[in-house]
Amino acid sequence: MPAPIIKVDAISKSFGAFKVLDGLSMQVMPGEKLALIGPSGSGKTTILRILMTLEKIDGGHIQVDGEQLYHMERNGQLLPADERHLARMRQKIGMVFQLFNLFPHKCVMDNVTLAPMLTKGVARVAAEKRAMELLDMVGLADKAKAMPAQLSGGQKQRVAIARALALSPKIMLFDEVTSALDPELVEEVLNVMRKLAAETDMTMLLVTHEMGFAHDFADRVLFFDRGRIVEEGKPDEIFRHPKQERTQSFLKKIIAAGHRV
Amino acid sequence: MTQWSGYLGLILQGALVTIELTLMGSVLALIMAFLAGMGRVSRFFIIRALATTYIEFFRGTSIFVQLFWAYFVLPFAGLSLTPLQAGVLALGLNVGAYAAEVVRGAILSVGREQYEACTALNLGRWQGMRHVILPQALLVMLPTFGNNAIELLKATSVVSLISLADLTFQAQVVRSQTGSTLMPFLSVLVIYFALALIISWGIRTLERRMARGLDGVRV
Repeated sequence: MPAPIIKVDAISKSFGAFKVLDGLSMQVMPGEKLALIGPSGSGKTTILRILMTLEKIDGGHIQVDGEQLYHMERNGQLLPADERHLARMRQKIGMVFQLFNLFPHKCVMDNVTLAPMLTKGVARVAAEKRAMELLDMVGLADKAKAMPAQLSGGQKQRVAIARALALSPKIMLFDEVTSALDPELVEEVLNVMRKLAAETDMTMLLVTHEMGFAHDFADRVLFFDRGRIVEEGKPDEIFRHPKQERTQSFLKKIIAAGHRV
Repeated sequence: MTQWSGYLGLILQGALVTIELTLMGSVLALIMAFLAGMGRVSRFFIIRALATTYIEFFRGTSIFVQLFWAYFVLPFAGLSLTPLQAGVLALGLNVGAYAAEVVRGAILSVGREQYEACTALNLGRWQGMRHVILPQALLVMLPTFGNNAIELLKATSVVSLISLADLTFQAQVVRSQTGSTLMPFLSVLVIYFALALIISWGIRTLERRMARGLDGVRV
């Protein structure tokens, strides 16, 4: 039994008086594909953002790849992580956002090569060669010189995936990556993710409302509600035979809203 | 008429001094604007405090007084400046204080998602600022920078008070020598206006060039 690549231990997080995460604990195995589902405000996006160090935690511990994320071990003591420690930990993790967050003033190629060149000192020629491979993988090799504003939402999101992959993270976080897309563009992004899952052994966590995709894609599904994991299991267990009343009512609403499960 | 061409020559010499002051003042103002504007969004309290003090002080006191200090008072502290140096110093520091707030506002106008993308791509604070935030903020700054530059151009006329022979100064000279009021004042009016137009046009051109590709229409 290999060690988990992510160990979340009793994380709490509040925005003002609103408790988003309430002593959340979870573990993720290397290579595992995890779907995080649940109503909005349930904390599923927050835990992704915490793993990407975009939010501070109020309490608890997180281990990523055997090391503390928000703490540093010094002489047997746990101290709050400094910027250098965080920068080192971030190398293990990549994230794709709901609204793509491409750099609008840079062409597709420069969006993908910027971080490898700056953070890893990769030479331009090597960075562009790798970027072309990645753009080819997401089906956008012909758009390398295009500006983000010239792309459709689906194309933008595929560029964003290539950009995150260019840093070769061990863990990829996908935060509602198809929620902002027109329905006919969703499939092209999901296809890229299927390909990614099939061709790499990356650990992938996705927050999604695409229940059909979550069912086919995930090894394990976590149902979030009010800052806690209410129920977890194999996709079939969660989607076909949910045990918890809250999971059942959530899925019922989702189906009523027209989503395929 | 030959007499007039001589006087026009004087006024054009003055125009050259004004252009010189405007260019050098703008360079100093630009440097101060970025130093103080980025200082205002620094993580460190002491840098924020320094930047705020500079901005509030130079916005809060008159450019006349600042110029007089640069030219008449600094020598008592052992620092003697030529009129041109004093003019550039006062103009640059004064307009730089206004432009610093433009820099700060533009940096803050770049969306949070851009900062988050920088974090997710593990860019350092300065790397993100340099390659992602500032290039986008610059486009926001440009129109107001144009305003600031024109303000600076017009403010250069205060240096005539410390006997620097700029455009306004020369117009006074010509007026007192010829007794004609209309001709010298009309020529400086036209020249100031023409210079301001050149600045506007330059900024607009720069803006167009920098906005290329951003909206997906102009490429």
